Amino acid sequence: MAIETQPERAEPTGRGPGPAGTGERPWWLRMGAHTGVIGAVAGYFLGHWLGNFLGGDFARSALANQNNVAIVLGYAFAVIGWLAGLGVFNDLFLLMQGKPIPEEPRFLGKEDSGLAKFFRFTLDHKVVGIQYLFGMVTYFLTGGLFAMAIRTELLSPSYHIIGPEQYLMVVGEHGTMMMMMMSSVVLGPFGQYFGPLMIGSKRVAFPRLEALGFWLTPAAYVILLSAVLFGGFPTGWTGYEPLATQATSGMDAYFFAFGLMGISMILAGFNMIVTIINYRAPGMRWSRLPMFVWSMFTVSFLQVLAVPVLVGACYMGLTDRTFQTAFFTNQLGGSSFLYQNLFWFFGHPEVYILALPGFGVISEIISVFCRKPLFGYKVSVAGMLGVGVLSFFVWQHHLFDSGINPDMRPLFMLTTELISIPTGFIFLVAMGTFWKARIRFSIPMLFALAFYFNFLIGGISGVFLSDVPADTTEHGSFFVMAHFHYTIMGGLIFAFMGGVYYWLPKMFGIKLNETLGRIHFWTMFIFFNTTFLPLFALGMLGMPRRVFTYARNLETLNDWVSISAFLLGGSILIFLINFVMSMTFWRERAAGNPWRARSLEWQLSTPPPPENFKRVPVILAGPYDYGVPNALPVADLSPPPGVIGSAYAPVTGGLEG
Amino acid sequence: MSSAEIPAPDRQQAAEHDSRRTWWLIAAWLALSLAAGLVIWFVWYPHLPPGDMTSSARHQQFDIAVLAISAAPVILGVFLYFGYVLVVFRARPGDDSDGTPIFGNVKVQATWIIGTSAIVLWLFVFGTVELIVPAGAGAGEGASPIWKLPGAKTASWTPGADDMLQVQVIGQQWAWTYRYPQFGGMESTVLDLPVNTPITFHVTSLDVIHSFWAYLLGVKADANPLVDNVAYTMARQTGPFTVRCNELCGIWHGAMTSAGNVMSQTTFKLWATAVQAREKADGVLAALPAYALTYDPTVIPQLGKDLVNVAGITGAPGYYYGPGNPVTP
Amino acid sequence: MSVTARAAVLIVAFLCVVGVVVFVALYYIGSASQLPTVAYKASDGQVHVVLQEDPGNNSTTTPSWVTYYTQDPTTKQWLHTTLFSVPADTRVDVTIYGYDGCTPLRNNYWGQVQGTLGRVVTVRQFDKNNHPLGSPVTTSLINSWAHCSVGHTFAIPDLGIYVPVASPNAQNSVNNLCGTFPCTPTSGGAYAVETFSFISPSKTGSYRWQCLIPCGGGFLNGNGGPMQTLGWMAGFMDVVAT
Repeated sequence: MAIETQPERAEPTGRGPGPAGTGERPWWLRMGAHTGVIGAVAGYFLGHWLGNFLGGDFARSALANQNNVAIVLGYAFAVIGWLAGLGVFNDLFLLMQGKPIPEEPRFLGKEDSGLAKFFRFTLDHKVVGIQYLFGMVTYFLTGGLFAMAIRTELLSPSYHIIGPEQYLMVVGEHGTMMMMMMSSVVLGPFGQYFGPLMIGSKRVAFPRLEALGFWLTPAAYVILLSAVLFGGFPTGWTGYEPLATQATSGMDAYFFAFGLMGISMILAGFNMIVTIINYRAPGMRWSRLPMFVWSMFTVSFLQVLAVPVLVGACYMGLTDRTFQTAFFTNQLGGSSFLYQNLFWFFGHPEVYILALPGFGVISEIISVFCRKPLFGYKVSVAGMLGVGVLSFFVWQHHLFDSGINPDMRPLFMLTTELISIPTGFIFLVAMGTFWKARIRFSIPMLFALAFYFNFLIGGISGVFLSDVPADTTEHGSFFVMAHFHYTIMGGLIFAFMGGVYYWLPKMFGIKLNETLGRIHFWTMFIFFNTTFLPLFALGMLGMPRRVFTYARNLETLNDWVSISAFLLGGSILIFLINFVMSMTFWRERAAGNPWRARSLEWQLSTPPPPENFKRVPVILAGPYDYGVPNALPVADLSPPPGVIGSAYAPVTGGLEG
Repeated sequence: MSSAEIPAPDRQQAAEHDSRRTWWLIAAWLALSLAAGLVIWFVWYPHLPPGDMTSSARHQQFDIAVLAISAAPVILGVFLYFGYVLVVFRARPGDDSDGTPIFGNVKVQATWIIGTSAIVLWLFVFGTVELIVPAGAGAGEGASPIWKLPGAKTASWTPGADDMLQVQVIGQQWAWTYRYPQFGGMESTVLDLPVNTPITFHVTSLDVIHSFWAYLLGVKADANPLVDNVAYTMARQTGPFTVRCNELCGIWHGAMTSAGNVMSQTTFKLWATAVQAREKADGVLAALPAYALTYDPTVIPQLGKDLVNVAGITGAPGYYYGPGNPVTP
Repeated sequence: MSVTARAAVLIVAFLCVVGVVVFVALYYIGSASQLPTVAYKASDGQVHVVLQEDPGNNSTTTPSWVTYYTQDPTTKQWLHTTLFSVPADTRVDVTIYGYDGCTPLRNNYWGQVQGTLGRVVTVRQFDKNNHPLGSPVTTSLINSWAHCSVGHTFAIPDLGIYVPVASPNAQNSVNNLCGTFPCTPTSGGAYAVETFSFISPSKTGSYRWQCLIPCGGGFLNGNGGPMQTLGWMAGFMDVVAT
């Protein structure tokens, strides 16, 4: 028998008079996204002018009719202008003048009402989470539109709807949009919003870094899309040199956007690590941490350690293109292998940055909808940490055929196959959790089950790729395409959708429409599998990646895949309709804890109070004690005064508080 | 109704019922795995890509079949289990209770860890053996290959003897050419190969990264500028094949294909000597650079005097055209 | 939020999305269809394709890029495109005016003529005052490393046609190239005229053609920029039913 705690009622916060709720100026006079745009445009022109001044008379600028220095400096100053216009540097300027910087407004009862706060540089992690949610949905849909264009072109091997260089532009935009921006698709919306709530904290450790991490993403998005105006980039999302040095101006946008997103990931990871270590409520031992928080913790380490290598590689790529350094040009003493190793040293942890948060979300969902504790909590944690650590030791499996020294091949085959052991723990935990459970097939649970189905296929195909002889056939072909779409889209995106259906009632108090949700799930699951399963065959039959034409006997299979892909796009459209209509028109109210979940975030009001917790709670039990007779509630939300007392510093006030 | 509330004799009956069901599940799993293994081995294996045209392709085909047989029990096991639990343990309508609180089971966890580790170790050993035995399994091994095919490296190639045929694959944007050093360094746009001969491919590039992939040949080796990437195979059947570029190299990457043929040894020797003779007569052989394992196109020692003296050109500008180059405006 | 505010947000969001989609679609369709396809029709069972390659061009954004021009058979105008169509199973006579200066081939193998009738090309050089320099030369190999006489190449790899395109020789290349584009024989630049023939295939479709020599000045390996852009140094030859 589960003991339910009553969700707290939201109490009115102290709000000042005035239309903006703070008694201050109206939104158009305060700093926000609109002033950011003005700053960005001004910065772009300034940087472009400076670049022309510095590099306009390079001989190659005259021959190639492009000044990469101007473009890169334009982007750099545009980003600085964007951030300055948003007000990111305001507190820094105050500090430099020796003035005290104000506390987060929500702790002073000065939280904004209305929509304007979502377009502003705010320090409330819940607002940042919602900003991430809408941002990530936008980026995902944009990437998806590019995917539709790819499949349209691949309908016929001989009739070409778009030119070959435009096809490469579309392929690169789709891949980069997805791999670059989706790294934060779970960590952003759900990690930032629910992370502190799950550990019983009123705040994150570095709210300004966290908000900065978000506001860099629209800049990266726009810069990546601006490549289209320059003719795109021809390298796909991997940006291999020396083709990248040879490419026209769109390539600068790729390197710059990727580096920018990398910085965003580093900051977000940094903030999450410190928050989880330092801001857990009393009683929140490591063994009581929800699995989602463990996944965020692991992923944050991956981000902090692996992404700087990418930023370095992007920076070197840019200097190769602008100042003609020769890091990656073989004929001048550089090495094309250097770029591949740098990129994949980041690239492999990157795919685990994408996959691990999916594991975390799914673990939360299955526990609630099986009404059972997670089977093997320690095994699950070991799985996540094992995957995280091992992910740094496998990157050369992307380079098995590349011509690097072959003596390390058996070693990397071993490490890559070893990584399937901790990944298997996730399945062990799921299988154990389902045994003797009481399974409810709610929509989040359906997505969780689809996750296991898809990730099993994706994971096993990964084992095929890790085997060097088999990899000789499969590397660089559509087999690889099928493998990573199964693990990343079939895994992460399905988990993201599950998370949206699961957590939206807590974020907004609104349930997504049940019927549309089920239609969305079933169409997405079926069409996802009909789209990507045949790609395994296509790859084995000799179709390389990123090609606009292929052998004629593969046309039927490609047409099947394209039609399925259009239908899959339709199912995502159903999701979009459900999302938008439920949020704006239908607004089906949800109870405070519709899933009767035990974890801490569900014990709060809907939406949670501005300062998260009136009093720092004391954690009494783990969040997975379903079915345990006489289980304690997960936390005491109103501990008597003096319990916490002098041992803990007050949460409000001061810079580090 | 949690297990704590079931009366004792019913609980024992339920436990026996559970273990009977578990044994049935395991039996079904074993039977299905066996069936899947047999189907994979006898029905699918003969038709698996990359086929059996060459030694490396055959070994890859065998390797993929064994991987599939090893993976089938895992996939079947997980699917069967999920199918079972989703039916048996679903919440009946109106049932609001919790499941049985099982926090872990050391025996189950240990069995799982040992089992998965055993499978992984088996795959590693098998994969390494399959990598070494077919001389690198057709994968490009770089400039210092470790696993080589046996065969005499001779200056000219004779059919019938166990001579290794050397073929250099040159990738350039966006066409493949092939040089045969044992035939005077003659170059061709068609890859013709003799059957039942050990073949060494030396794959290199003149500009960006390409990748030489003929899937029926079971060979894949990246072409990097100034890098010699060696791959081995031996063709066992005659027939045509297509060479595709497997690493994105610019606008025509998708169309960078080339035709190839495996033919009998005598036919091959006739073809190669004929091309060599024709290119010699046309002056093409003299115009080509000396055969080398890599080429730096920025340096062309053969440039005629008029180019150097009159036009001031010192080499095909492999890098950015220097400002002093009067030819390109 | 009130109903009107919500409706307003929804409509604005929808319009933004639709606007972006329309813009992107128009951009792609627009840019892809901006290139005209020059249709060559057969007369007496033969087709005469006329191309030229220039050291610069008349565009505003990238005037330094080398490029091909295709001549419209009816208006005799030089169009800035690389898309043309020929009928199937027909003898195609190609004339290429080479106005760009000479550069050594990256792979001298491409100096060998392949796939044309007789496996030869015929070349004639002209100086900047449009006077011929010597008589036409028919050859099957132009060695760009021994003497300076190749400007670009013309290759249709799917048909096995690889032809080096002749350029003004070394003495003529220095400061003698035409400066107004598209060039004509009287523009004041030296040039070379090359002719060859081949039989178009019976299978209809789009056959890509490209230049196989570094020509993208300012780009690494000379293979960037115009080399990788349709309408400049890369194109399609459509073979259509007669």
